[in-house]
Amino acid sequence: MKFFEKIANIDSRIIYLLLFIVVLIPVAFKLVLPVRVSEPVQAAYDSIEKLPEGSVILFSVDYDASSAPEIQPMLLATLRHAFSKKHKVLLLGQWALGLPFGEIGLNEIAPQFDAKYGMDYVNLGYRPGYRAQMVGMGREIRDFFASDYKGTPVDSIPLMQGIHNYNDIDLLVGLEAGQAGDEWIQFAGARYGLNIIIGATGVIAPDMFHYLQAKQIKGLMGGLQGAAEYETLVKHSGTGIAGMVAQSYAHLLLLGFILIGNVGYFVIRRRKQA
Amino acid sequence: MKKEIPLAITFITGLIIIVTFFIPHQPLGTMQQRLLLWYSIVLGFTMLLGMDSLLRSNIRKIAKRSPGWPFALVLIIGFLGTLIVGIYTWATSESLLSLGSSFMYVYTYFIIPLQATMFSLLAFFIASAAYRAFRARTMEATLLLITAAIVMLGRVPIGAEIWDKFPLIQDWIMEVPQMAAKRGIVIGVALGTIAMSLRVILGLERTYLT
Repeated sequence: MKFFEKIANIDSRIIYLLLFIVVLIPVAFKLVLPVRVSEPVQAAYDSIEKLPEGSVILFSVDYDASSAPEIQPMLLATLRHAFSKKHKVLLLGQWALGLPFGEIGLNEIAPQFDAKYGMDYVNLGYRPGYRAQMVGMGREIRDFFASDYKGTPVDSIPLMQGIHNYNDIDLLVGLEAGQAGDEWIQFAGARYGLNIIIGATGVIAPDMFHYLQAKQIKGLMGGLQGAAEYETLVKHSGTGIAGMVAQSYAHLLLLGFILIGNVGYFVIRRRKQA
Repeated sequence: MKKEIPLAITFITGLIIIVTFFIPHQPLGTMQQRLLLWYSIVLGFTMLLGMDSLLRSNIRKIAKRSPGWPFALVLIIGFLGTLIVGIYTWATSESLLSLGSSFMYVYTYFIIPLQATMFSLLAFFIASAAYRAFRARTMEATLLLITAAIVMLGRVPIGAEIWDKFPLIQDWIMEVPQMAAKRGIVIGVALGTIAMSLRVILGLERTYLT
């Protein structure tokens, strides 16, 4: 009886320790597992892949450090894909604390493809009041972003010549850890017909499936798994693929704990009934 | 007049926003764009209000030596430190986001680790909570337990290694039962938002005035 009581009430510290070990080992030894690409991620990939060379893609960095392990690999993989296809990249952020992640991503990926600031990509920065901004940008981007993140007037940036509103943008890549994804879809997608793909945290992704089914978004990357799938498609292994091994074993460990917890619970209940 | 003027402003502004949303032609289109800009500017100033409120409440805590006042002190030091570094970077660098700038140093080595640590701790608490909460006590709890197990296995590569049908079943769960429930909630929320917005615009809902 004591054994079953113990497995039904395992000390939290044992769970914490085992979880720590299970996450640490795959990361430390760089273990890899094959990643299956799901339809929503393949659709997101195809949205960028099928654009003609030189298309304009707007990236919206709507997350911060707490969600960066899930979403930053998506930013890096989609940027890599966009620059490899010689698309033009505009980047802005709806989360003030997340914008540096956009700049870090651009500085990491753009030089690998010889992309030049102002010619091939621009960082527009952050402005408060994202709902108003999303609606207003449908009319004129300059009304909200008169200058880029360095304070350079947008009109003096070569890439921005001829880019005024959503008619001049071919795709939006929304990287979301909160509400901004819904707002992009409702204000920029539904009203102006902007093509959108979403990369969201595992918690937010289920909220996006109805938009995907209604074809209001073209593709969806959900959680670290979505990032790993996109990395697989662009054939560049990053922290998404590496992290999925740790997440795999963490899920298995957790299911193991849940299973033995239930075994203990049922044995104790049956004995009490008897 | 204290109530009537704000109610009139809310009614007129709300009405203009609704009309201009559906009729974006001149002169309504320009009017809408101007109001949207005002909204953006006003929201920027609300950040100052937030800072003021945050500083006041924490300074009060320190002055009164309320329980947990050292945390308030850490907050004030962190706030002022970041502000000073931000102003210094703004004055000396091309941009706050310039890699290698003092502000980015604070961001990379203080803000990112602090936020990431806070969020990472959740994984440990969720693991412990899931172990204790996921007990097949009733039929509903059993269904939830089985669904969660399938989704957990279907969402990770090792699930497909164990049984190649796990990802497919997981996809079906996400795209059919999950979405049916979610869509119902979303429609309900949207209808509720419309009703509440109309109540605010028409002056029936006045709690925002207090």
